[in-house]
Amino acid sequence: MSTTFWIIIAGAVATYLTRVGGHLLLSRFERLHPRVEAGLNAVPAAVLTTLVAPAALSAGPAELAALAVAAVVGLRGGLMTMFLAGAAVLIALRHFIG
Amino acid sequence: MSDRLAQFSRGARMSVPVVVASAPFAVLFGALAVDNGFTVAEATLMSATIFGGASQLVGIELFGQHVAPWLVVLSIFAVNFRHVLYSAAIGPHIAHWPWAQQAIAYFFLTDPQYAEAERIREQGHKVSFAWYMGMGLTLYVFWVVESCIGALFGRLIPDTHALGLDFLLPIYFLGIVMSFRNRPRWLPIVIASAIASMVAYKTVGSPWHVSLGALAGVLFAAAMPIRIEEPAEAST
Repeated sequence: MSTTFWIIIAGAVATYLTRVGGHLLLSRFERLHPRVEAGLNAVPAAVLTTLVAPAALSAGPAELAALAVAAVVGLRGGLMTMFLAGAAVLIALRHFIG
Repeated sequence: MSDRLAQFSRGARMSVPVVVASAPFAVLFGALAVDNGFTVAEATLMSATIFGGASQLVGIELFGQHVAPWLVVLSIFAVNFRHVLYSAAIGPHIAHWPWAQQAIAYFFLTDPQYAEAERIREQGHKVSFAWYMGMGLTLYVFWVVESCIGALFGRLIPDTHALGLDFLLPIYFLGIVMSFRNRPRWLPIVIASAIASMVAYKTVGSPWHVSLGALAGVLFAAAMPIRIEEPAEAST
């Protein structure tokens, strides 16, 4: 088997370990400390924010406008509405601004 | 039985925006992988076994630069390290599933999978295995097939910029972040993670900004005064 094959397999094993590891670590404790629970409760907002913020950092006006419109729509509408509104603004502005 | 089918198709339907948003990345990955010296079979195998877009892109980028194999693997691990937090957070809510179902489910624990599972819980529903796999398997099949298509026909990709394809995922993730805004201390956590990840992005660099930014938000939440009436000094 080639080196590439083994890189892929090792990468897959490493990835599975990250996906199962957090649970395996925590399941050893009978009861979670309230601070751990507060931390876990913050996971979705904390992690997913890091996937948006740096993208916004290097974004142009079209991208920033799309995020802003999506955020405003997201206050009222559902996820799908928000997603489509943001995408529409992005495509329109890129078309006109370039 | 029909309930399980309904749950499965509900999960499949919830995956639609993600399938749309991640399709360009899957195709891009396939094209770049072949460009960096992978065969079509290897590119497809990578998508089928790792199933994590950002880490795959980082992996083939380093591979193309002839970096040492162990460093490529370590980088994949680093990019995917955020899953440890997902795993810890979702674990208690699927711990009642049979052992084998849990072992399978953790393989499919991607960003959108985790986020939608948390949203399901927020709405007061149980996270069922049928729902979980409805979403997970749909994402998986599209991801693997599109990677293969990208590897086969990568050179035919038009300019994706005009279609906004490169920026769809940030918009989707912003929506997910906002859907958690009723949780305690949501805004300060988001601000802490945003600042930390941007600073880390500029200083330490990618991919560490994800783990560092996430850690900042989680530690911030854990360090704040506890709201429920618990003795302040619990014994260890």
